[in-house]
Amino acid sequence: MNGHEIVFLILALAGLGAALKVVTTDNVVHGALYLVVALAMVGGVYLLLGAEFLAWVQVLIYVGAVVVLLLFSLMLTKAPIGPHALDNKQKGLAALIGFGAFAGLGLLIADAFEGSVGAPPTTTADIGASIFKDWVLPFEVVSILLLAALVGAVVIARKDDDE
Amino acid sequence: MIRYSWVIALLPFVSFLLTMFFGKRLPGKGAWIGMLAVGAGLAMSLAVLGHFVSGGAPYEASIHWFTIGAFDFELGEYIDGLTAVMLVVVTLVALCVQIYSMGYMHGDRRYVWFFAVLSLFTGSMLNLVIANNLFQLLVSWELVGICSYLLIGHWWEEKENSDAAIKAFITTKIGDVPFLIGIFGLTIAAGTTNIQGISEQAAAGAIPTVALTAGALLLFGGAIGKSAQFPLHVWLPDAMAGPTPVSALIHAATMVAAGVYLVGRMFLVFENAGPAALNVVATIACITMIGAALLAMVQDDIKKVLAYSTISQLAYMLAGLSLGPAGYTPGLFHLFTHAFFKALLFLGAGSVIHAVKTNNMSQMGGLRKHMPVTFWTFIIGSAALMGIPPLAGFWSKDEIITAAWSSGHHVVWVCAIITAVLTAFYMTRALLLTFYGEYRGEAHPHESPRVMTLPLVVLAGLSAVAGFFGASQLGAIFAEVVHLPGGAESEPFNYGMALVSIVCVGLGVAVGYRLYSTWREREPLLALGPLHRVLANKYYMDDFYMKYIVKPIQLQLSSAVNVFNTKVLDGIVHSFAYAARGLARLVEVFDRRAVDGAVNGIAQAAGTTGGMLKYLQSGNIQRYAVSLFVGVAILAVLILKVQ
Amino acid sequence: MISLKLVLLFSAGLFAIGVYGVLARRHAVLVLMSIELMLNAVNVNLVAFAQTFKDVTGQVFALFMITVAAAEVGIGLAIIILIFRNRETINIDEVDEMKW
Repeated sequence: MNGHEIVFLILALAGLGAALKVVTTDNVVHGALYLVVALAMVGGVYLLLGAEFLAWVQVLIYVGAVVVLLLFSLMLTKAPIGPHALDNKQKGLAALIGFGAFAGLGLLIADAFEGSVGAPPTTTADIGASIFKDWVLPFEVVSILLLAALVGAVVIARKDDDE
Repeated sequence: MIRYSWVIALLPFVSFLLTMFFGKRLPGKGAWIGMLAVGAGLAMSLAVLGHFVSGGAPYEASIHWFTIGAFDFELGEYIDGLTAVMLVVVTLVALCVQIYSMGYMHGDRRYVWFFAVLSLFTGSMLNLVIANNLFQLLVSWELVGICSYLLIGHWWEEKENSDAAIKAFITTKIGDVPFLIGIFGLTIAAGTTNIQGISEQAAAGAIPTVALTAGALLLFGGAIGKSAQFPLHVWLPDAMAGPTPVSALIHAATMVAAGVYLVGRMFLVFENAGPAALNVVATIACITMIGAALLAMVQDDIKKVLAYSTISQLAYMLAGLSLGPAGYTPGLFHLFTHAFFKALLFLGAGSVIHAVKTNNMSQMGGLRKHMPVTFWTFIIGSAALMGIPPLAGFWSKDEIITAAWSSGHHVVWVCAIITAVLTAFYMTRALLLTFYGEYRGEAHPHESPRVMTLPLVVLAGLSAVAGFFGASQLGAIFAEVVHLPGGAESEPFNYGMALVSIVCVGLGVAVGYRLYSTWREREPLLALGPLHRVLANKYYMDDFYMKYIVKPIQLQLSSAVNVFNTKVLDGIVHSFAYAARGLARLVEVFDRRAVDGAVNGIAQAAGTTGGMLKYLQSGNIQRYAVSLFVGVAILAVLILKVQ
Repeated sequence: MISLKLVLLFSAGLFAIGVYGVLARRHAVLVLMSIELMLNAVNVNLVAFAQTFKDVTGQVFALFMITVAAAEVGIGLAIIILIFRNRETINIDEVDEMKW
């Protein structure tokens, strides 16, 4: 157990705690805020693992854009202020499944994987080189996807007032 | 001339065709065509007879007709003395009958057809007598049977006439079955159908006696049918329903004589067969002789008297032939003479019937004043039949009686004597009832036209002189002509026997005269009491046949066969149909319940399953997500397990 | 450095929590948030393996995933807004028109 691991553990536990709060809280907005924490922790983990660029992108996009988006939608859909019961009837079953998933994955992990993480951190230049050398096509496709999503979202959500 | 004897048989066939097709349009309705043909035939036949009278030899010729397996069938002629005599008899009587018919059948509803069939008959009969092989003889035999049927039923609109025709045909047909088998048997035994061939082999002993006896008896079966001997005599009296010229030609002179002719023609077979053959012939002949004569005594219908008389006289001929070689010539001589006087008697009876419009003698009487020619010719015919010298019948009957005595067949002799008495009696009775006394009827009797009386006169003349052909005092010409191979055997005239026969005749005439010279209201013979009843009912033979043969076949056998046909055979067919229907119904039920049920059931199952599964669709996405995750988990486990 | 197992366990935990959230939360937006958690868990996994095997492909893939996730959130929220506009509710339980 070296320093990295300790830091990692702190970050991980924080992140897991925040995630748990996301799925159990009664207050929607609090949930969104807890999500911010969780995502930030995940970004921290990336940094610890040596994926600089990715950590940066994570914070930028997820925390910066996605969560803001979520908050905006909460606002637009008249999110209930204050605590409300937010769990549906299949809470027990869901817990079971969730637990089962964790258990299964856990067993698998415990059984299968050895080694350690945290080699020399990957530079942005490496990632860029990889994208534009090996993965150009997916990159282009993804950009078109973004375009489509953009247009789609606008189309779906606009008020059709010319009918 | 003798080479062309077949033309004699052919001419009437041609005249049949011409008369049938063209008769209606010709003047005189074509009757003269037949007469021309038969007349020409008569002339030729006389020439042929002349050949034999002057000591000529028999002639045979044939052409090959067809072959089946090992047997050759030919079409041919065999002319010997017997054939020549028969040719003359047939053509002469046929000619007389045709001339007579022009008057008798005048205005008849089927005049042309009558003459056509007469010609057909004549041709068939001639073909029968010239046939040189059994097959050709059989064909002619059947042809004359058909003509007899057609002519008996000439006035078939009246049921009793068509019934009589059918009875005649079927009864003779019953006799034809053994005849056919006999032909087959003899043909196979001898290897040929040729009569001369068979006869020579029989005489030479080349055919086993058993085969000869069987063949002879079977052939005689046909003769019994055709010549109306006991027990197949029942058709001849009924056949009197036909026109009288038909009775004269077919049922007196010619067709019925075919049976006798057959025995004569196949005589060598009969002679060389076992004693059973000729004994059977003799027995049947004796029974028939007396039986028929007794029946003739009680008849009221003049034609029936003559019919039974014919049966009796045919038996006489067969009795003569049954005596063996000694009786060959006498029997056939009687055939010769009988043809003339019996035809005469029938034509005379026809003349009487034509005049008084009834057949029944009880309504006749005193006709000798009204119909002198008929009367005198009838007397001559009767006397000839009775056997009064010097008429024809005396010579031929006497020869048979003499031959019976001298060849030791005493039973036959006794029967012949008795029959002679009876014959005289019933003919006297007939004569007295018809021509003597006062007229008892209601019509206006008058003499028949010349066209009818001329043949009567001709035949009367022949009845008078024909006997002299056979008289031994005059050279026995007949015996010269008709004899067994090996030369003529003629007996010297036995005056003792002649006296005996004359006495018998006298006895019969006397009794007849005593009983019938004056008309009595009540038939004298009724004094016989129950015997008369038996005779009047023809020994109950017709009833016997009807009850035990015809009716069982007609009613029981036919209805049994009918029941079998409808119930059993149809039943089988129907049961197949029912089975098929039942099967179809089963299949239908199966189809409806099982197959449709299965199909509907599947549909229903799908529906029910869907109905049950629809609850899965709750609309709630999160529930779907649960199933998704569970599924993924299971998959993951499985994949990992596999690995 | 850091044991791979730990990182993976963290990722698994995050994923399980996300699963629970997807299945158990009533508010549609909360479901979307849970989905984000799951996606992030996967990203952590990818990055961990990328760093373990010194292959930068993992990180590139994670990058694409982030992008796609962003797009998907956008669309999802647009749909949620539309649903809210039509039905006045974002309670998933009440959006069950497709039920039998």
